[in-house]
Amino acid sequence: MTQLPDGRYVDDAPFDPQASLLEIERKDLDAPNWLLVWRKFRTHKLGLISGAFLLICYLLLPVAGFIAPYGPNQRHSEHLYSPPQSINLFHQGEFIGPYVYPLTSHADLETFQWVFTPDLENPQNLEFFCEGREYNIAGLIPSTTHLFCSPDENSPVFLWGSDRLGRDIFSRILYGAQLSLTVGLIGITVSFVLGIFFGSLAGYFGGKTDWVINRVIEILRSLPELPLWLALSAAVPSNWSPVAVFFIISIILGILDWPGLARSVRAKFLSLREEEYVRAAEMMGASSGRVIRKHLLPNFMSHLIASATLSIPAMILGETALSFLGLGLRAPAVSWGVMLNDAQNLASIEIYPWTAIPMLPIVVVVLAFNFLGDGLRDSLDPYQQ
Amino acid sequence: MEILKYAIYRFGTMLLTLLVVSVLVFAIINLPPGDYLSNQIAELQATGQSAGVAKAEFLRKEYALDKPLWQQYMIWMGFMPGPHGFSGMIQGNFGWSFEFDSPVADIVGDTLWLTVLVNLAAVAFVYAVALPLGVLAAARARTWVDYTSAFIGYLGLATPNFLLALILFYYGHRWFNLPIGGLMAPEFEGVPMNWEKVKSILVHLIVPTFVIGTAGASAMMQRLRANMLDELGKPYVETAIAKGMKSSRMLAKYPLRVAFNPFVADIGNLLPSMISGSVLVSVVLGLQTIGPTLLTALKTQDMFLSGFVLMFVALLTLIGTMISDVLLVLLDPRIRYEGRGT
Repeated sequence: MTQLPDGRYVDDAPFDPQASLLEIERKDLDAPNWLLVWRKFRTHKLGLISGAFLLICYLLLPVAGFIAPYGPNQRHSEHLYSPPQSINLFHQGEFIGPYVYPLTSHADLETFQWVFTPDLENPQNLEFFCEGREYNIAGLIPSTTHLFCSPDENSPVFLWGSDRLGRDIFSRILYGAQLSLTVGLIGITVSFVLGIFFGSLAGYFGGKTDWVINRVIEILRSLPELPLWLALSAAVPSNWSPVAVFFIISIILGILDWPGLARSVRAKFLSLREEEYVRAAEMMGASSGRVIRKHLLPNFMSHLIASATLSIPAMILGETALSFLGLGLRAPAVSWGVMLNDAQNLASIEIYPWTAIPMLPIVVVVLAFNFLGDGLRDSLDPYQQ
Repeated sequence: MEILKYAIYRFGTMLLTLLVVSVLVFAIINLPPGDYLSNQIAELQATGQSAGVAKAEFLRKEYALDKPLWQQYMIWMGFMPGPHGFSGMIQGNFGWSFEFDSPVADIVGDTLWLTVLVNLAAVAFVYAVALPLGVLAAARARTWVDYTSAFIGYLGLATPNFLLALILFYYGHRWFNLPIGGLMAPEFEGVPMNWEKVKSILVHLIVPTFVIGTAGASAMMQRLRANMLDELGKPYVETAIAKGMKSSRMLAKYPLRVAFNPFVADIGNLLPSMISGSVLVSVVLGLQTIGPTLLTALKTQDMFLSGFVLMFVALLTLIGTMISDVLLVLLDPRIRYEGRGT
């Protein structure tokens, strides 16, 4: 505090125009964008839970072989259409750790069904970290250790039952997740690249390019997707390996998805191009490439990620539908759609309802992606209340 | 008369789009290596049946499959004289189905109007369900009504159509004694229309309509809710409430009319996915629509049949979109006649 010659008092500290703002607001203004997004996203409980769930799912994909007690195509010829077994802890009021009742099967010659009777006298304790069929962690490291398995080779444990060929549905769902969940990621990458490329082309150059791309987008958007998907996947030669088919199917799913993305990229481009900061950058001599990369793209990248999240479920459902109809992935590849192919008729839904279990992970994952996308979309604009 | 001009303009763009689509469809059906006939010829030669080979060769000439691709396309569409003069899609000759050994028109025949019927029923279902639920969810936003409808809507979006179909069929039969499979009782097939047949078709339509419409209805419901919520925050709503207007009457009189436009325009976005859904559901439920025909045709590389079905499906979507565009202009005086998006 200094006293001036004319008698007024003046503060010595340098002038700070934002001093009137509260300390906490200052912190908010200085925080990086991702922190603000994260803070807002945290309040969106459903989106947060879904995001965590999906993260865990994707992290578990490489070690699916470890969690699954059996291989995806391992058959148990004595246990066809075995019903799901429950894991119990107490046998006759006594705690003996996780166990199952072993099932014995015999054919009912009147109904021509397998009948399974649990042996309630001899509970079978599950073994943990036991040796079993060889598999590869992340497709690279061979291993034989499984998280759990049944102690007796001849009475396997089927958490979610077994299918027509005596394959463990639980294990197959885990292996199927590897394909079903990545199909959406590859598809969305293809659609992302195409969408950003064509969208920015149309939005940046305008004129004739814009007109042509716009018409293409309109035409593709006005066509029903599934028949086109079907037609394109019918063109995949049947002698290709499952891996090649998998890639081509995910690319097909992506090829027909880009118009929606391209349209929003174009709209964003058109509106952002007129912003003052873009003009300022141009006036300071920034090249158009720099303007696009540094000033335009970061502005709507987050928005694009949110809309991409929302279109992944469509691809997962698309793969399921294609495989279900027999035009997508084919056995021996395992995906949720391929598994549901077994549940195609009413008889199996009625007699062996557990063959339809793969629909549960589909519904849950699709819902999770939807909630996550909603949460992201709501929290992307941190300044909006 | 402006509206008539717009309708004609819109019809013109539809025809142009259809032309582009025809090129696309032709390219797609020619994607698989080889064609039905050359596969058949190879197979017949391997088993040494020369009579069959001669017939296949004859069909090849007959349908100009020995010509270059662009000529095949022109002949298929009827822009260029084929072996029998102009006889392509635009002349009403849809080609020959090699798999079924009969003209395409005979095979699809009845299934065409059944396809239209199923899709119309689904659209009607979407409107009937989405309109009241969407308005209700917006009017009672953030209450259990809103949350329940959102939850059901999400489930509808997330459950694969075909599974919903199977499950509904099973329980529909078990609890309500709904018929299983098909679009009419077997005894009515090929019989001319009568009251009993109509009743049978209606009963058979219940489950397919529900299944095809659910996903679309929930998407539309969410959009209507969002639109309504935007409108409900506006000052005119507050004025109406302040004047003591009954809320149900207020809703119907002001915000609903504004929120209704996107509702009509949306059918353009909705139709493609609904027709996709109807193809899938038809295969699972064994409905006599063109879905199962398309699947067999694609699997056996029966190119003229699959080409026709794809064209028909595209035409159906385009007509639906056109109608919704024209309706939108009729409904909303603010929209000028330059078309949407300009």
